[in-house]
Amino acid sequence: MADKTTPLHDEHVALGASMTPFGGWLMPLRYTSDLAEHRAVREAAGLFDLSHMGNINVTGPDAAAFLDHALVGYISKVREMGARYSMICAEDGSVLDDLIVYHVAPGEYSVIANAANAELVLAKLQERATGFDVALKDVQAGQALIAVQGPRAAEIMLATAGLAEDAEISGGTAFADLKYYACLRMRFEGEPLLVGRTGYTGEDGFEIWVSAGQAVALWRALLAAGEPVGLVPAGLSARDSLRLEAGMPLYGHELDTTTTPFEAGMGRVVRLDKATDDGTPVPFVGRDALAARKQSPPARVLVGLRGEGRRPARAGYDVVQRGVDGELGAVVGQVTSGAPSPTLGYPIAMAYVTPEVSAEGTELAVDVRGRAEPFVVVPMPFYRRPQS
Amino acid sequence: MADFPENLKYTTEHEWLDGSTPAVIGVTDVAAEALGDVVYLELPEVGATVEAGAVVGEIESTKSVSELYSPVSGTITEVNTEAVDNPEIVNQDPYGKGWLFKVEVTGAGELLTAAEYAAHTGS
Repeated sequence: MADKTTPLHDEHVALGASMTPFGGWLMPLRYTSDLAEHRAVREAAGLFDLSHMGNINVTGPDAAAFLDHALVGYISKVREMGARYSMICAEDGSVLDDLIVYHVAPGEYSVIANAANAELVLAKLQERATGFDVALKDVQAGQALIAVQGPRAAEIMLATAGLAEDAEISGGTAFADLKYYACLRMRFEGEPLLVGRTGYTGEDGFEIWVSAGQAVALWRALLAAGEPVGLVPAGLSARDSLRLEAGMPLYGHELDTTTTPFEAGMGRVVRLDKATDDGTPVPFVGRDALAARKQSPPARVLVGLRGEGRRPARAGYDVVQRGVDGELGAVVGQVTSGAPSPTLGYPIAMAYVTPEVSAEGTELAVDVRGRAEPFVVVPMPFYRRPQS
Repeated sequence: MADFPENLKYTTEHEWLDGSTPAVIGVTDVAAEALGDVVYLELPEVGATVEAGAVVGEIESTKSVSELYSPVSGTITEVNTEAVDNPEIVNQDPYGKGWLFKVEVTGAGELLTAAEYAAHTGS
């Protein structure tokens, strides 16, 4: 099956992007240089096309109760115009996808899924909707999702021609007061659109859902407003190294159907305390398995690794004990993501390891194509943005 | 736009070598472009004997790892330590400062002219 293209495809081609298949979509991998794009996001801003992300609209009187049942998070506690990072799990507690849920209007939510999982998430939600008064709709096709990420993101948004605040539709929040993990409606050239202060880079930033018809105009307006302060279009390669530095999991790497949120260090998203108004526990999908799982020690733990040398570890490489004279010791885990950190200047990786070797400071090694490269267990995130 | 200097010879593994003695070897701008930003180089030891077509090292970018082949047989006389310390020069100047190693040639492998290499890469 041919890869789908986003409403911004021609823009990427015109900008000289290297395009790559990703989750069933043809997406920009990089425009010029992975490192330059990564650094621009840390120092100024980057512009991303995220239109491949799944977008499922959930409406109806039971929308909140339905999402409490279908997802592991306490979605009914998310205030209007708030957002929440959550997961959808199988009955056995394994992770089917990680998601962001936006409470976009009374009784209305947007569920943002990973591109490769979007169809599965929709199917699972439909399956779990039995008995709830809700309507589910895949609204991805008519939309684009554009992200502006970086310390200059807010000022770029304010400088973007045609993008305006409108108190009548904003939900009562001024753009300047928009909090992290919240959203508001603005207008672009008169048409309403949704802006979330969310992201996947470890920086301040915004994600904007715009109609497919306005996508190119908004992309160009953001570029024009941002280029004078250092914004560059950024591809999936920079997005991956940015999220790795920020210690954020990527589905298919740190999360998959062999993993529960607890191994991934994401136990906080599982809300076993969900209850109805009269205090009755909400029996959400995966609850029993996850409650049991929470009580038993995990067989493996997700840790951060810092390389002591220069060679990066890659996904799939074995984590080993340090042997004598730099030899490979016993296998104690596997790397799930790894790269040279452009911001920190040394290799970083995430890995699942046995609990015995998961303490901070534990000296391990990674089998980099037959050679033991020294790595040390360090806390995550690897990078935290300076607080302004 | 890919650039293949006429005075160099090329391999299907996207390496180039010049006609000097010892021969200077590097990767082409097609390789540099496809790899993305180079972040780590593993080059052969000076004095090592290499065979045409054999793996002699690794070139690692932000996203991937590729093997480095010697286009000729012979003895390594020098490696570019500046490129090892600053691998980004392989992207910036693949035919100049980003050269990788030098070989005292005893036998050539299968080499392409600039035009043949351009045809091979579809440039």
